[in-house]
Amino acid sequence: MALTPPSERIWWRQPIAKVELIWIIVAFTWGLIMFFMMIYWHGAGKQNLSNEAYQIKPQAFAQKAQAMIDEYQVREESGFPVVRPPPGSDVYLIARLWQWWPILEFEKDQSYRLHLSSMDWQHGFSLQPVNINLQVHPGYDMVVTIKPDVAGEYGVLCNEFCGIGHHNMVGKIYVVE
Amino acid sequence: MGKLFDYRTCPTTGLRVDRAAEKLIKANAVVAIVFLAIGGLFGLLVALTRWPAVHFLPADWFYLALTAHGLDVLLVWIIFFEMAILYFASAILLNSRLAGPKWAWTGFGLMLVGALTTNVAVLQGGSSVMFTSYVPMMAEPHFYLGIILFAVGALIGCGVFFGTLVIAKRDKTYEGSIPLVTFGALTAAIIAVFTIASGAIILIPTLLWSVGLVSHIDPLIYKTIWWAMGHSSQQINVAAHVAVWYAIAAMTFGAKPLSEKISRMAFLMYILFLQLASAHHLLAEPGLSSEWKIFNTSYAMYLAVLGSMIHGLSVPGAIEAAQRSRGLTKGMFEWLRKAPWGNPAFAGMFTSLVFFGFIGGISGVVMGTEQINLIMHNTLYVPGHFHGTVVAGTTLAFMAITYLLVPLIFRRELMMKKLATWQPYVFGIGVAGISVFMMGAGTLGVARRHWDMTFADAVLPFDFPAAAYLMMGLNGIFACMAALGGVMFVVIIVGSVFFGKKLADDEQPTYPEVPPEAAAVSHYGSSDTLKIPGTVFLVSIFFVAFVLYYFVNWKYLSEVWPLS
Repeated sequence: MALTPPSERIWWRQPIAKVELIWIIVAFTWGLIMFFMMIYWHGAGKQNLSNEAYQIKPQAFAQKAQAMIDEYQVREESGFPVVRPPPGSDVYLIARLWQWWPILEFEKDQSYRLHLSSMDWQHGFSLQPVNINLQVHPGYDMVVTIKPDVAGEYGVLCNEFCGIGHHNMVGKIYVVE
Repeated sequence: MGKLFDYRTCPTTGLRVDRAAEKLIKANAVVAIVFLAIGGLFGLLVALTRWPAVHFLPADWFYLALTAHGLDVLLVWIIFFEMAILYFASAILLNSRLAGPKWAWTGFGLMLVGALTTNVAVLQGGSSVMFTSYVPMMAEPHFYLGIILFAVGALIGCGVFFGTLVIAKRDKTYEGSIPLVTFGALTAAIIAVFTIASGAIILIPTLLWSVGLVSHIDPLIYKTIWWAMGHSSQQINVAAHVAVWYAIAAMTFGAKPLSEKISRMAFLMYILFLQLASAHHLLAEPGLSSEWKIFNTSYAMYLAVLGSMIHGLSVPGAIEAAQRSRGLTKGMFEWLRKAPWGNPAFAGMFTSLVFFGFIGGISGVVMGTEQINLIMHNTLYVPGHFHGTVVAGTTLAFMAITYLLVPLIFRRELMMKKLATWQPYVFGIGVAGISVFMMGAGTLGVARRHWDMTFADAVLPFDFPAAAYLMMGLNGIFACMAALGGVMFVVIIVGSVFFGKKLADDEQPTYPEVPPEAAAVSHYGSSDTLKIPGTVFLVSIFFVAFVLYYFVNWKYLSEVWPLS
């Protein structure tokens, strides 16, 4: 038994039972399918992360975001600027203790290059109720091209623990027709 | 033979039991269970806070309790218990003396001091940084120092284990190859060395950073290396609890692996591939290429998953073969129906096997798929998954074998047998509920490590659907059930260890039943004697569930906003 040395001294010469062999083949094949599924999705699927990212100083990122806000702010809401950048443009979303800054307004079915970076600790970009979740680091500018395909009002929650105000860190994204 | 070391002869197995090893097993197991009780209590407080109708703790205490919960159960309880398993699988199973008991006690002392230091740091309130302590969020220096001391102690324990293997081989205390269970423990110990080395590489600079000697720690590098420790340490658990499954199957049925070769190869795959899983935590991260993510997250084409799937057939298959050879051959499932479901060791082991596979295993592979991770990363789906692996899998398996350790190593008769019969079910079903409902809440977007899903104090409002609240309520209820199961376990074991009837050195324990030298399958590997239709059926159900669930999640992914 498994608690004693194998009774057959030359255990590695023992034949393998057919049922176990079949299972190994099935499981191995399934592993290959799952492996190639990820590669396949990079070609055929519409939801993939780009590998585009840059190192950036928090102040530099904040300046870019401020420039965008100055140029495209359309109104204010609860103290947050609401920004409506043109389709296809670079859009900056600042994560900081404990805000997503500013509020963004997108047009449905248009693409935007969304830049995410943190001013301080790590944060978690959690777009709800779509449920897209990305990690946001200080010092890294992550670029994701998004194409909102349903109009509505979305919440941006923080799902990386960032201290005592973590649960109040809520931002907003509007998608309009 | 002269008396080389102080030992007694086990009346059940006839093996010599090194009293020094025995004392160390006892000490490690007892401390482990104390931390399980403390960490479990913190876990209950967390679950009661996340139950929206109860919302028990204030925010600062919630984050403190969550940090302590992760630390005490995920790290301290499990590693202390694994030390007990390492000493058991080496000195006891190999009929040998333990190498350097003084070293083993030094390691034990360091682990204890380390665990207490970090607990103090957390309870002082300045280190509510979660178990992962992601930089640039900073904890007090003694938070990191405690973990480092703990890891050094564990490393010494691994060294004692390796040394014991060498001594046993040199003294020829056994014939042929080491037993499969010892092989599994060896796997765990090798992975542990890798794990601890990774931990040292990242935590020592972080400690220096916290006292001001290092100016900057890159958050992405921190995460990458931290998870080479954090995830690999979970692979120590997998290797250890699979070894425990084999051990319990052997102790309660005399079950013999279907094939030594295959089972050992499956353990070897853990050593070779499991460490790549650091990538599971980096799939939604900037700055890492898709090629890197795909190769690593899949453990190089799912070879470590293959290892687990092999054990998933081999363990129940060995039990079925043993039962059938004993005459329980009617239909597909007589062997399983007539299994000793009232024996907590078997009941715990089998529920651990089923829940680990169906809940923890499948969800882990799905969540670890590069793109699917986007709809799960850092939601409650993540703790849902790992409560399925680490609690329903590892903790339940460790509880199960404790029922055998009490009579065999502690030499005490188990008390409260009726309660013990129920314990694995209460705990197991409670944990399964926790896992499933957290995963449910996660798919609805509820964040992990989050105090208030109503966002009552947030400037901008957000409302989760009612279903999410229902999930969190159910999670709370099942957490209470799991906590009850945990209390039952602690009461039974602590009661038995301190107040149970002492067994004389030559007295056979009567409970849980350990069979007479069981008539196991006589020739494994031979397809003539080996018919395990029941196991094949169960494994087929597992496989179908796996495939369906996997593709359902691709479907979910395809419905979210296009990203590129």
